[in-house]
This record gives sequence, C-alpha cells and structure tokens, in this order.
Amino acid sequence: MKEQLETVKKEFETLNITSLDELEEVRISYLGKKGKITELLSKLKNVSKDSVKELGSLINELKREITEKLDNQKKQLEEEKLNSLLEHEKIDITLNGTFRKIGSPNPIEKVISELEEVFISLGFTVVEGPEVECDLYNFEMLNLPIGHPARDEQDTFYITDSMLLRSQTSPVQIRTMLANKDKTPIRVVCPGKTYRRDNDDASHSHQFTQMEGLLVDENISLAHLKGTMDLVVKRLFGNVESRFRPSFYPFTEPSVELDISCFRCGGKGCELCKNTGWITVAGAGMVHPNVLTGCGYDTTKYNGFAFGFGLDRLTMLKYGIGDIRVLYTNDLRTDEFSRRDN
Amino acid sequence: MKISTNWINDYVKIDDINKRDLAEKITNAGVNVEQVSGEIDFTNIVVGEVIDAIKHENSDHLKVCTVSVGNETRQIICGAPNARKGIKVIVSLPGAILPNGIQIKQSIIRGITSDGMLCSLEELGLEEHSEGIHEFNEDAVVGENPKKYLNIDTIYTLDLNPNRKNDCLSHIGFAYEVSAVLGRSINMPETDYTKSDFSTDIELKVETENVLKYYAKLVKNVVIKDSPEFIKQRLTNAGMRPINNVVDISNYIMLEYGQPLHFFDADKVGKTILVRMANDGEKIITLDKQERILTNEDIVITNGNDPICIAGVMGGLNSDVDEFTKNIIIESAIFDKLKVRKTSIKLDLRSEASLRYEVGLNPEYTLLALKRACHLLEKYADASVSKDEKLVDNIKLEKNEIKVTLEEINDVIGVKIEHDDVIDILDRLKFEYVTKDQTYFVTAPTRRLDISIKEDIIEEVGRLFGYDKIIAKLPRLKMQTGSYVPRIKYRKDVSSFMQNLGFSETRTYSLISKNDSEKYKYEDKENIELLKPISKDRTHIRTNLIPSLIDVLNYNKARKVEDVFIYEISNVYYKENEEFKEDMKLCALAKGKIEVSDFQRTNEIDFYYLKGVIVSLLEYLGYKNRFRFVRNENIGFMHKGITADILVDNKKIGFIGKLHPNIEKQNVFMFEISLDNLSNSIGAKIKYKSPSKYPSVKKDVSFNFNKNVVSTDVINDIYKFGNKILKNVIVFDVFDTEDSRSLAFSLTYQSDDRTLSDEEVMKDFENIISKIAEKYNAKLRNE
Repeated sequence: MKEQLETVKKEFETLNITSLDELEEVRISYLGKKGKITELLSKLKNVSKDSVKELGSLINELKREITEKLDNQKKQLEEEKLNSLLEHEKIDITLNGTFRKIGSPNPIEKVISELEEVFISLGFTVVEGPEVECDLYNFEMLNLPIGHPARDEQDTFYITDSMLLRSQTSPVQIRTMLANKDKTPIRVVCPGKTYRRDNDDASHSHQFTQMEGLLVDENISLAHLKGTMDLVVKRLFGNVESRFRPSFYPFTEPSVELDISCFRCGGKGCELCKNTGWITVAGAGMVHPNVLTGCGYDTTKYNGFAFGFGLDRLTMLKYGIGDIRVLYTNDLRTDEFSRRDN
Repeated sequence: MKISTNWINDYVKIDDINKRDLAEKITNAGVNVEQVSGEIDFTNIVVGEVIDAIKHENSDHLKVCTVSVGNETRQIICGAPNARKGIKVIVSLPGAILPNGIQIKQSIIRGITSDGMLCSLEELGLEEHSEGIHEFNEDAVVGENPKKYLNIDTIYTLDLNPNRKNDCLSHIGFAYEVSAVLGRSINMPETDYTKSDFSTDIELKVETENVLKYYAKLVKNVVIKDSPEFIKQRLTNAGMRPINNVVDISNYIMLEYGQPLHFFDADKVGKTILVRMANDGEKIITLDKQERILTNEDIVITNGNDPICIAGVMGGLNSDVDEFTKNIIIESAIFDKLKVRKTSIKLDLRSEASLRYEVGLNPEYTLLALKRACHLLEKYADASVSKDEKLVDNIKLEKNEIKVTLEEINDVIGVKIEHDDVIDILDRLKFEYVTKDQTYFVTAPTRRLDISIKEDIIEEVGRLFGYDKIIAKLPRLKMQTGSYVPRIKYRKDVSSFMQNLGFSETRTYSLISKNDSEKYKYEDKENIELLKPISKDRTHIRTNLIPSLIDVLNYNKARKVEDVFIYEISNVYYKENEEFKEDMKLCALAKGKIEVSDFQRTNEIDFYYLKGVIVSLLEYLGYKNRFRFVRNENIGFMHKGITADILVDNKKIGFIGKLHPNIEKQNVFMFEISLDNLSNSIGAKIKYKSPSKYPSVKKDVSFNFNKNVVSTDVINDIYKFGNKILKNVIVFDVFDTEDSRSLAFSLTYQSDDRTLSDEEVMKDFENIISKIAEKYNAKLRNE
C-alpha cells in the first residue's frame, strides 16, 4: 500500500502539464471519482486498523499536495493563456482615432463672452435691445437731432422715416435709462449687431458688432472710466498700457478714444499699430447732460460714463484676422476657435 | 483736410519745431493728425557737385561719380540717366535715413565701392515720380543743407471729428488749435486795401430767412493772370489745383478762414442781386454745364429774375468769371446749413465749399474774409475795390457766457487741476473769461461753434491739461450682482449645448435678397424691407435663418467640406399689424458624419439623428414628455415625407426635416425653432427624485399593423391601456413591407414601493396586447 502511494506520488511528480485541457485530464485521473487518489482511499478499508491512521493521513497529504500543485499550475496556465490572447488582440495604436466633431463658437462670440465675464464680475448686467430701432433712440435722444452733421443718415439703413436698422448699440443706453428711471446705479453692457450702409470689403462690413456700456451714478469721473477700461483691456490683451485721447461723440462730453499699447511690438511700432505703438480699441466718454436729461435724470445729482467697443475689430486684433469678412463667411475649415483660449 | 505747415507758420510760429513731434502733440490734444508728409530728416544729406562721371566698367547704365561735398570728395555709383559732370545734386551720405526708411550705407556695387547716394525728389518723398536725380541751380552752395533750396512744406492730413469741422477746416482755425497746444500767440493776416471812390452800386435783396448773412461787394478792373508762386504752392499742398489768380484767391480764402466766397462777373449779373428760395421746377445751368432742376427747398441767388447761383453749392454758367471778366461782385455769406446740405446731397454736388457751409460758419469771419479777398485782389489782380459793401444780416449774436467751477472740472476729469492751470489753458485757447472764486464765466468764441455748455469747457480744459495725467481708479459703488438678463442666459445655454453636440456656431448677415426671403418663408410673417438698400442681395431683413445656413452649406460644399454641422441663434424681424416684431430663432443644419474615422466605417446622419438632437435639447431645457412631432407636408423647400412640426405643450415652436431635393440633392437635414416661443413655456425646475429600490421587469411584444400606423399613436395607447406600474414604452424594431408594418415594443414595469410579481405584470401586459390587437386589428408576431 505504501509502495502504491509512493508510485502514484512519483508518477505525478514526473508529469509535464502544458495546457489547461491536459491539466483537467490529470485532475480527473488523480482526483476524479475513479481517480488514483480516490482509488487509494477506497483501498483503505482493507488496511489494518493500526496503519489506517498513518496511511490515511499520508494519502490526504498527497491529495492536498496534488490539489495545490494543480491549482497553482492552473492559475499559471490561465495567465499564460490570457497573455497570449492579449498578445493576439494587439492593435496598431498609432492609427487615427475616430474623430468626434467639436462645435466651435464664432470668434466674435468668443470675445463677447470674455468681455461679458469681466463686466459681470464688476457687477454689470448684460442686456440687449432690438436691431430694428426707432430714430428717436438711435439718434435723437442720443443728442443727434435731425440735421446734426454727425448723424450719418446717408450711412444708415432706414426702414421708414422713423424706423431703421440701428447703426450703433448706443440706443440701448436710452432704453436702459428709460426703463430704470430713479434706479441708480445703472451698470449695463450690451453686445449686439449693428448696421451701416457700407460696401463690404476687407475692413468694412454692412453688418458689424458692438458692445455698449453704461454706468450712471453719483460722482463718476473720467478717472473711473479709465480704471474700468484698464481692467477690461488687460483681461483681453494681457499686460498692455492704456491711454485716453480726446475725441468726439455727440452723446458724451468729454469724449475720448481708448488706445492700448500695441501688444505685438510692445509699443515700439510695427505694422499692426501703423508705427504709432498704440491701437484704438474703444470710444468712450462722460454721458452728455442732454442724454441724461432726456431720459429723466437730474444732472445736478447723477452723471456717468459710456463706452463702445467695436467687436469685429477687437476680434480681428486678438486673433490676427486680416479681413473682416472672415468673421461672417463661416468657413468650416477654420477650426481654431473650438479651442480653449490659452 | 490738408494743412500746409508753412502756411500755418504765417499765423503761429512753428518753424522751430519738429513737425512730427508737433503732430503728435496736436493729436493727443484731440485734433487727429492722421498723416504727416514731406517732413524730412536732413542729417547726413548735403548739396554736392559732380566733379566727374565715368561709365561703370561692369554695367551699361551705372556711372561712377566723383562728388564734392565741400570739405572732401566721395565716390558714388549712380544709375540716373541725368547723372553727369558739373551738376549740383542732393547727396545722402552713409548714416542718412531717407523718408521711405532706406538707410544709406557704404556698399560695393558690381565690384566698385559706393560711398553714398545721389537722390531724386521721389526718393525724398517730395514728388510722386521723378525721372532722375534732382539738379540744383548753380548758386546752390556745396556742402550745405539742401533744405533751403527745396520747396519743403510738411503737410498734415487731418481726420476731423464732426465737432471740429467748424474751425479746423481752415488754416486759421487750425492755427488757433496749434497756438493753444503750444501756448504761443497768433497773428491774423492783413486785410487792408485801398478804397476807390466808387460804390457797390447794386441792389441787394434777401427774401428768405435761410440766408443768415450776405455781403456783396464790387471790385473793378481785375487782371486775370497766374497767381503768385506762394498761392499756387499752398493751394497745391492743401490739395487744390491752381487755376488763375481770381479763382485761386477765392479758394485761398476758403482754406484760410473756412469762409467760402463766390465771385460773380458783375457785368453778367447787372444791378440786382436777389436771394430767395427757388421755385419748384426752376432751372439753372451750373458751372459744370449741367442743367439743374430746383425745388422750393433750395436757396438761389438771382439777378432779380433768373437764378445765377445755387447758394453754397455751385455757381451758374450765366454769371461765371472767365478770362474776359473785368468786374467782380464778391459774395461772402452764411446760408442755413441744413438747406445747403440737403441741396448738395440731392444734386450730388458736394464740394469743399458746401462741406464748410454744412458744418456752420463763424459769423465774425464773413466780413474779414471779404476784406482779405479785397486785399489779395488788389495786390495780385490789380483790382480797384469799391468803398462800401452791401449787407443783409439776420444774425442776432447773443453772448453765451458759460459758468463752470474748478470743482466741477475736477469732479468730471477725476484729477486735481489747479486754478492756475485752468487760467493758463483758457488763455492758451484765447477764450474770453472772467473768474471769481475759482468760478469761471467763459464766453465761447464764435470760431468755436462746438462750445456751448459747461461740459464743453471741462473737456477743453481736460484735453489741454492732458488725459495722460488722469490716474485710473475704480468707481466706488453699491455692491450689485452682475448677471445676464434671462433671455441672453437662455440663448447662451442653448448655444453651448449645441456646441457640445458638435455643431459650430455661424454668424451670418441679417439682410437677404427678396428672392430668398420669399423662397424660404414658412410662417405667415411679413418681411421688413429697406428703403434704400446698397445691393439687391441685401434688401430684406430675414424672418428666419434658413437661407443663411444654406448659404454657409453651399460655401463649404464648394470647398469640399463633406461634413457640415452648424447652427445659428439670431434675432429675426417681421411686421405684424404695422408693428415691428422680434423673434429669437435657433436654426441647425446637419449633413454627413458627426463621427469620422479615417479607416473604419462610420455612418452619415439621418433624420432621426437630428431629431435626437432636438429631443436632447428639449429635455435639457426641461420639457421632458411635453413635446411631440407632427407631420408637415406643406413647407415648400422641405421634403414633404420627411418633415415635421415640433410642438411643445401643444404649441408649435418650429419644424425639423430634410431639405427638398430641388434645393439640395444631398441628404441635408435642418431644424428651426423659436427660442422665444419655447421659453414662453416654462421648463421644469430641477427636483431630486430617488430611483426605485425595486427591480424592473421588461416585456417585449411585436405586432403586424397595417401600413399607415405610426408608432406614437400605438405607444400612447399602450400607456393608456397600461396600469401605473408601466413606466416606459419604446419601439425597438421596425420592419416595413409593401402593405404592412411590424413594430416591436419593449415595455418596462417597475414599482416604487414593492417588487412586482410575475402575475401582476403578465396580467397588465396581456391586457395591453389584446386591446392593441383589437383596436388596430393587429396580429401578434412570432407566436
């Protein structure tokens, strides 16, 4: 009996199992119902009582040994099999991925959002107004009475004698003040489409985009306007200097133009800034008393500033676009604007 | 406006100042000098004499010149045909920088050293085109600065704001600005003349209030000839062509004072000048030999009967000054600016003169300009000037005294300006004022029609004090939340949602053609039309965005872009009951593949893809289970079998479908909805609902229906026949044949408070099956 046990043990140790199928066969032939270990165990009943205990524990030990070995081997074989499968499933990871279309904003909208973010953080409300506007708000209440030389009647798309496509976003100033009478402070910006009777070329467009801003409160000065504008242009163009130049708008007095130091050459002078070192980005000024009075504000108590950005130009400057028509052509081969603005 | 700085120097001394620096100062003070030309840096540029000129051994046209520049001689290669021995020339020595930016260096040209450059006037920016190098007269002194031998005048091109056209469209007006910027005094030109013993023996009558001031003055025995050189030069530099002394003098005075004059041939006019409004239909042949038909809105000067001039616009041929003219009536007048503007626009006759009448004239210059004309005519046209003049004056000059305090100035500018600074600035501006306790009573001069209120004075002080001295600061205001108004927020949310789904935002023109506005109309909305469009492609304001996105599609198709996924959100406008209405539209267009692989098969999108987009959007906006799609066969530009209206809360908000093959052969899908109509239905608020803890059960069933059954009807009936434990029904398979349609449904059962038993699910499921079968006369499949 003992010899038999030794034989089985030796025989098992000589086995060379190379596959999971083989392993299963071996398992059945040793541990199965009719397996060699089972057979040995069944023979125990014929053995003397003295040796049963010893033999029994020897057989169980062998059984444990075989089971353990087979389990280990199985794990190893399974791992090898999986590895070979993974090796088999290897692909060319350098081939191009399946590209999911990325929607991009129009570049003007990108600039608008950026400006809106600054102004909202300063407590401004972003408002809007109709593009089909009345002469009263687009001109007359902005201190541009009929016959005023700055009225641009020739350059305005009229619909009737008194209705037009707005030539500026400034009428939103009037609408805001009329709607908020006695509710100061007013802090609004209004981005929007505007129209002029210009023939389209690289630098002119019959449709363009402006952002109007208005702040009305007590004791407002040009210095406040400069502080506000400074923040905005730094946000948009990085660490640039800004300056005011005297200018003229019928609805502000004093009026200024806002220049920034050229962000391309740093103010040394280049093609972009026409060798001046400065680029004009906005018109602004202190709200004209006629405008405030017309909207029902007491000018002995209230004053304010207003400003207007030409967003087409700003967008072109920011992204290096040389032709305004690019902004309205929507060439889908341009995918730059789907990117984050780093 | 072109300004000759040599001319300015007559009134305010600037010949000691660099003209570019001056231009910058003036610009920073508010009058924009757009361009400076003719300003040359003569460092290292001298007069030289060509001592010898021999042919370059390696070139057919180059010459090797030996040039004396005073204390030394230089060898300079020159290609100009007129380079020759004995001439005196402009020599740029190494180190010189020409106005076009070229830096002169010693160089080797085809093997021979060249130690400078002989220059043409073109190369110095003094003329547009030169045939060769410039040759001086013999009396030019070698080694000297060439400047004194050249007619050099720095020209400023002004880009004037409308408020400064009153004064800066003249050299005297601009000189006042220069004097204010520099703080220098001003000299006015000579206006004296000898009074002859004859009178202006004409009868002047003015019959309209649109003439504010009218002078007529007779001068006799003019001799028409060439103008003196300085007048010709200055007119040329300021952009006007010299003609003869008489015409040139009237232009000269216009450019000097800003006051246009008109000269009549006195012998052609007769003894009467009557200014009145024209009669409707009255005719005049103007100087350009065109017949002009007038209306009662036009001011005319007549000889008592017939028009001889359209006031402020153009003279008549019947009274013009010609080579035989002996006697002249000078007109110096101010007409109503709006009337002149209207007439000149109507007749399309906009001139330097009408431009000045339109912006308004200084009433104090009317007589001065007239006197100046007499002075010049006497001097340069040998004229005898009458001892008097005829005048009609309707202007009542009222002194406008503007009160402003130092505190007000400082409050608006936001910087500390001292009393002495204000006084200094008012003096530089040559404004009259009285001051009392830091309060200023300023009288606006008539040459500055733009100054009328306190804020104007504050601006004058501020701009001359210097805006660069303002220290930026932020206003201190009540705290206030910044935000978008809801409509903008809604638009921006929808916009970024569309971008996240892979659609690119377009920005197109609101104006479209009449044809497009009609072809792509699907709502009963009246178009708004422009009164005076600039092109026939842009005459109407769009009522929807369809044609605009189709344009973008076509543009990109032409450039071989296969996959087009675009949207636009824009306000559109229309007329309803004579009122102008606004509507915010979202339009989307999809064609091709949303996912693209270079080497694997991916599918082109179809109707259901775009329908999925709109469903996702509606669910995102909070309209889950509140929308439906209803077939619409009546949109002309859409495929009638593949188009549906989109309804939210049973109200139509737009449509979705495929473009009609007549419009587009390829498979292109579009939808358009009104975001305004949509947002009128309030989207659901977010409220948390925990998912059921109990398992769900799925049951599938498939029916054969007859051909015309649509899925939504059956689904609605399944819900209707089902118990409340029926949570969801979807169609998971569709199979259409010629005469039947099989639809397979998957029903999901679930309860929030218990695990469902097989029996209760089967009871409900079987009930539904039998009722559907009965209602639709449908057969169960696969039994």
